[in-house]
Amino acid sequence: MSDYFMMEGYGLYIWSSYAITAVAMVFLLVTSLRGLGQSRIELDQLETLLKSRRPRRSKSRDARP
Amino acid sequence: MHRFAKPSVFLKLADTLMPWMIAITVITGGTGLYLGLFWSPADYQQGDTVRIMYIHVPTAWMGLFCYVGMAICGAMSLIWKHPLADIAARATAPVGAMFTALCLITGSLWGEPMWGTWWVWDARLTSMLILLFLYLGYMALVNAFDDPERGSKAGSALALVGVVNVPIVKFSVDWWNTLHQPASVARMDGPSIDPSMLWPLMLMAVAFTGYYFIILAIRVRSELNERRIRALQLSGLFEQGDGTTSGSALYDQGHNAGAGK
Repeated sequence: MSDYFMMEGYGLYIWSSYAITAVAMVFLLVTSLRGLGQSRIELDQLETLLKSRRPRRSKSRDARP
Repeated sequence: MHRFAKPSVFLKLADTLMPWMIAITVITGGTGLYLGLFWSPADYQQGDTVRIMYIHVPTAWMGLFCYVGMAICGAMSLIWKHPLADIAARATAPVGAMFTALCLITGSLWGEPMWGTWWVWDARLTSMLILLFLYLGYMALVNAFDDPERGSKAGSALALVGVVNVPIVKFSVDWWNTLHQPASVARMDGPSIDPSMLWPLMLMAVAFTGYYFIILAIRVRSELNERRIRALQLSGLFEQGDGTTSGSALYDQGHNAGAGK
């Protein structure tokens, strides 16, 4: 088995190519998902904020002389 | 074409296709890795280092594929001013840049044991490095302006000009016969590579393509959300005058992003 991982002495080159590729692909996936989650949270907050603001402001406008 | 360019239709389509894309990516990726690492034989000249090919070559294809996709989207956003084309181009750039960088890195890791050097200013390697710079330039340019529309105009123009580099990458090995080996799969007379190596190569290419579409769907969705946020913030400022302007009227397509689950 360790012979297999040695890959005739080229193991370091081969396994590092696979490892770097895997790490990069997982990294991009995770950052993309995180960005999506962040944008959803921000959008939700903004939408509830705008919704809660609207009636209050109309009330204050009515109260103005 | 225009039907799919509507964000709500795109998001619905992306939702339907997502489980399939994940399944295809996982199955072809897993099989490709197994075949490439265990089943396929070592090369008679290059020994086991040939296994680097199963990621090196598909990443190179993806680098070119993503670039062409990005340039087409750039052209569509310049001609029809469709925001979704611009969003797709922006979402493609980091994936393409990553694949191009991975191609250069794995190529280096293959070059050192086989050519005796990490890097050489061979035509194929140099044009691939230029491709990476085109991606990085595009990403820097689209975000360099306060007005996103100006950024996407400048970026699209750069992406379109950079298309000349794509055939240069493809044919560099024929035009300048230096160190990098010529094509062995996409040839006029059919692939000259043994099926035991062609199979893992093709499966990995399919897996990377599936991965690209997954990332594309995720990034388009979050960019639509970002635009909706920007539109709401703008309308929120205006609304202090009178409460009648709604965010969706200002930026309609963002609305659909908020509706996505």
